[in-house]
Amino acid sequence: MNEVIREFLLETHENLAQLDLDLVQLEKDPGGTETIARVFRTLHTVKGTAGFLGLPKLQAVAHAAENLLTRLRSGEMAYTPVIASGLLAAVDAVRKMLDSLEKTETEGDDDFGAAIATLEALLASGNAEPAPVLVESIPVPKCVTTVLPTEPAAPVPPVAISTPPSVQPSAPVPAVTPAIVPIPAVAVEAMPVPVVAERTRSPNSQSIVSSEVTEPRATAVSDSALRVDVGLLDKLMTLVGELVLARNQIMQFSTTQEESAFLGTVQRLNLLTTELQASVMKTRMQPIGNMWSKFPRVVRDLAVACGKQVHLEMDGKETELDKTIVEAIRDPLTHLVRNAVDHGIETPAQRIAQGKPAEGRLALQASHEGGKIIIKIVDDGRGIDPHRVREKAIANKLITPEQAERMSEREITELIFLPGFSTADKVTNFSGRGVGMDVVRTNVEKIGGTVDIHTKPGHGTTLKMKIPLTLAIIPALTITSGGDRYAIPQVSLLELVRLEGEQAQKGIEWIQNAAVYRLRGNLLPLVYLNRVLQVEETRVDGEVNIVVLQADDRQFGLIVDAIHDTEEIVVKPLQKQTQGVTVFSGATIMGDGKVALILDVLGIAQKANVVLSIRERGMADKAAVADTVPKETVLLFSTRSGERMAVPLASVARLEEFPRSALERVGKRYVVQYRGQILPLLDVGKALGRKKKKTPSASRQKSSLPVQVVVYIGQDHLVGLIVGQILDIVEEAIVTKSRARRQGVLYSAVIQEKVTEFLDVEGLVQAVGPDFFDSTPVDVYS
Amino acid sequence: MTETHQYCTFYAAGHYFGLDVMHVQEIICYQEMTRVPLAPPVVRGLINLRGQIVTALDLRRRLDLPDRPCDQLPINVVVQTDDGAVSLLVDEIGDVLEVPETDFERPPDTLTGPASDLILGAYKLPHSLLLILNTAKTVNIAAVVRVSP
Repeated sequence: MNEVIREFLLETHENLAQLDLDLVQLEKDPGGTETIARVFRTLHTVKGTAGFLGLPKLQAVAHAAENLLTRLRSGEMAYTPVIASGLLAAVDAVRKMLDSLEKTETEGDDDFGAAIATLEALLASGNAEPAPVLVESIPVPKCVTTVLPTEPAAPVPPVAISTPPSVQPSAPVPAVTPAIVPIPAVAVEAMPVPVVAERTRSPNSQSIVSSEVTEPRATAVSDSALRVDVGLLDKLMTLVGELVLARNQIMQFSTTQEESAFLGTVQRLNLLTTELQASVMKTRMQPIGNMWSKFPRVVRDLAVACGKQVHLEMDGKETELDKTIVEAIRDPLTHLVRNAVDHGIETPAQRIAQGKPAEGRLALQASHEGGKIIIKIVDDGRGIDPHRVREKAIANKLITPEQAERMSEREITELIFLPGFSTADKVTNFSGRGVGMDVVRTNVEKIGGTVDIHTKPGHGTTLKMKIPLTLAIIPALTITSGGDRYAIPQVSLLELVRLEGEQAQKGIEWIQNAAVYRLRGNLLPLVYLNRVLQVEETRVDGEVNIVVLQADDRQFGLIVDAIHDTEEIVVKPLQKQTQGVTVFSGATIMGDGKVALILDVLGIAQKANVVLSIRERGMADKAAVADTVPKETVLLFSTRSGERMAVPLASVARLEEFPRSALERVGKRYVVQYRGQILPLLDVGKALGRKKKKTPSASRQKSSLPVQVVVYIGQDHLVGLIVGQILDIVEEAIVTKSRARRQGVLYSAVIQEKVTEFLDVEGLVQAVGPDFFDSTPVDVYS
Repeated sequence: MTETHQYCTFYAAGHYFGLDVMHVQEIICYQEMTRVPLAPPVVRGLINLRGQIVTALDLRRRLDLPDRPCDQLPINVVVQTDDGAVSLLVDEIGDVLEVPETDFERPPDTLTGPASDLILGAYKLPHSLLLILNTAKTVNIAAVVRVSP
């Protein structure tokens, strides 16, 4: 592409973003002469360059807008929302042409006559006469002409000249005139950069300069900044990444050395590298305000379209984020802002009826918190009505009415993150087009972030995004599994647990095929990394290393063969040949130059079924919400006749599996030798007096299978309860209780959507016979 | 004067293969690899190529040829793709050959299996046939994964 056009595109895109902001700002403060001047200048530059580059349509649109602005600037016309819309439309037209210019190097075939006509109509409606050109009254242009010795050879279109500099002695223009008068010629020469930059673009140096000097302050900042290609920054980042790796290698090597001069140099290299890394990372950081700058416009357009009044507040604009992350959250954030205006904030009439100010409030807040960025989108609108969400979810068959009955309001709210969910009754221009909250959540989770929602019907909604600061270089823990090293991002890491000796054997308990570990009284599901990865086990006997990780809102323990130390790793993406493997999020080069894969904690959790879908999660978290009822942890099992039962987990010593041959008969009862003692067995199904529903063939088949036994801690005995199948361990607030209908059952309750009977073991033992324990006394705590 | 093409040649399971020399970035001896569990078998691992992580694909497996004996170390033929460099593991490396186009012939229709899709054709050399591989298709294993359920 032509270098001049490229330069023009770069600059104009930048200016247009500011233009949007300014136009919206003007609506709030129509008298902001400095703002008008800035808008004027931008459009003028566009017009001028367009003429220079031979882009008549672009020039015409910019010209029409500029004419209108001239009147505004001189105070002949007042800035109204109608004018704002007209100008914004012109900005859009310009943007469209720029896009076309970028793609095809032409303005495109679209006709922007309508936009121009609107502007001209607006201009005509303001009844003022054209302002007389009074260039002589400005002292500045003279000295400027010395700075700009030659005009470009391009033909100067007459349109450009017709634009009058807006200074007009008859109408009082307070902001423009004083700004011009005190600036001496020296000042203009002292800042040659912007002026020279304008030179190639402007066929009409006088009006450019006159508007230039109205705003001398703006140039200072841009002078100290430099526009750098992102590709170059990325390359720099890669190189620093390599340097970090080389540093790590040298550090590793230095541990075998004793030369003090060498060690000193290594130390220095280490410090410098760290600092360089931090600086380069910083170049990639962007204040989030850059991305937010489009929101005033988005919110304004949307509010006008919906007939709402919205006041947008932005807090923490200066909060810096890595560029890649800014890119990644751009769409989710836009979606959330649109949602807030479209669905959240009510119309002025509705708001007044509810005693709220007519103007809705939408706040974007960004801040740092513990190495993460928190972005909040707060509105004071109607909030999310759980009843509507529930109805919608049922109507869309996302949940059944029965499920909905049992869900708390919070869980219902979470349903909006399900794919295919939308409460918008009709598809508007702005939302309800199927790109839903699920996409928002997925996109944010993709970069290791989370999205939470808090809503209060009638009072508003707060969405909270937690985003990692950067993606490129992260601290990670290195571990070994199956003889290979892997890196686990530190952000997901909670703690490390090491079991040794006897603990290593006893610490891990099994519920059928699921291993668990009691971590400070809570059951932590365990995942064997080598099994997930289907690699061999190289674990040393007598020790177990558990890496406790956080995936979503779940914790789980990852059993690895060995744990090494943490180091900074440079994340490199996987090539497409290996991208389908969801348990890895990338690869890195370790200190010794070998490649190690980076584990995707969420991917592993999903592969090992630790993390459930949102719907299931909603069910399981029910207990957390119903905080008025104390939670109980219960073991769920089915009897051999298929009934669903529960016992408190606190009373369960262990879960065992005995081969059928281990069962011995003593009198009428079955016993089993267990840890050097005799454990009496009680078949729960039989004791409850239910006949097996199974057909004879099924029971014969079953008889070859091992027996599932829950070792229950009775009042002073252990009892082995023969059950059909262990179902689950749940922590739940037992809300719905109903009285027992038969002996051996304490009460029934609803657990995980199903009616479950709570077993009365003591009652059952007594019912079976007072002599149950007589022959086999055992000590509970042997 | 007939047109000629240059090919980087190598051997795998006794066959003589060639890749357009313009697609080949470099040839390096065996590098230690990091295996990728759960990846398709054709992915033998990842290698560190001067700080760049490169996926190594086994050409034998790609073409459904028998695996090479354990004691034989493969050689990396690093090719350029849209997705960065990818290494093809081959048994032995040959010369860069310049062959006249007139000696080229399309593969026979009787050639089936994965090879039929990857082999563009053969050059009839005096001592053997030089089978020309389609570089892009050879490194694109997405197609393979889709075929085998």
